[in-house]
Amino acid sequence: MHELSIALSIVELVQEEAEQRGVQVNAVHLKLGALAGVVKESLLFSYEMACDDTPLKGSRLVIEDVPVAVFCPHCGGQRSPSSMQLFCCAECGTPTPDVVRGKELEVVALEVEG
Amino acid sequence: MSSEPRLVEVRKNVLKQNDLVARRLRERFRAAGVFVVSLVSSPGSGKTAFLEKTLSLLQPGYRVAALVGDLATENDAERLARSRAPVKQITTGTLCHLEAAMVEKALEGWDLNRLDFLFIENVGNLVCPSSYDLGENLRLVLLSVTEGEDKPIKYPTIFNSADVAIVTKVDLAAAVEFDWPAAHGNIQAVRPGMPVFRLSVKTSEGMEDYLEFLASQLVA
Repeated sequence: MHELSIALSIVELVQEEAEQRGVQVNAVHLKLGALAGVVKESLLFSYEMACDDTPLKGSRLVIEDVPVAVFCPHCGGQRSPSSMQLFCCAECGTPTPDVVRGKELEVVALEVEG
Repeated sequence: MSSEPRLVEVRKNVLKQNDLVARRLRERFRAAGVFVVSLVSSPGSGKTAFLEKTLSLLQPGYRVAALVGDLATENDAERLARSRAPVKQITTGTLCHLEAAMVEKALEGWDLNRLDFLFIENVGNLVCPSSYDLGENLRLVLLSVTEGEDKPIKYPTIFNSADVAIVTKVDLAAAVEFDWPAAHGNIQAVRPGMPVFRLSVKTSEGMEDYLEFLASQLVA
């Protein structure tokens, strides 16, 4: 359960950003990769706790799930893996360890006013 | 100035602070010429015994040291000190993983130029450590035969984030009817091409291949 640490990092980062811009934040948009090692539900729960006693109290965390994409050396392009349990190109079946997307843990936008 | 709600683009990595420290560490390791290996696994897979053996066997030829992370107690550091290598415990309290800043703090006052290998044993946990870069050159994930063959597909994220898999306690493989082809297949399914070493700290079976591999990393 490291989602609370992650949530605290998000709050810290967003507060910094909000202070610099002199705005109030209503919502935080986050990209979350399937391989980021973070559980969405527990991050949402932790976010609420992390916002307590901060200007972010009451703000929403909007999570966009980012599925894993691998580079398939056979197809020569970006493909989905067969599953999280099988890192093979879903189209041609070639095994590939080359993850090109799915590790994101990134604040991408803020809904603000003021 | 408008007070209408609006969307502003930000694009900030949540773990940027950790990544910054990890990058600083990696640079420091590179400059000092020390090769850094981290260990992750579930609790009880034999990380500490494996590390103790590794430290002992490497020592005639190499200068080694270790940092060990644990929620509580200094037991691991005491065990590892028997290898006579410099060892420091990082007690994380309630935190389930090591972060780059803890490693940096633990290394305060250490002369890394006097080391060939530095090992970092993470807290026993197959979930949380996967997100945190510690500046290491190589991440080993351990799997003991007593845990079952399907651990890699149950925890694909940590296996995917590791560079090498170590299957430990192979002296017990027959007793627990460990299915090696299945385990190997599962490791390769979540991380195609990952090197895998099978070994026993108790009987030393397989230790030599693994130590040769480590030595070859130092040269590379």
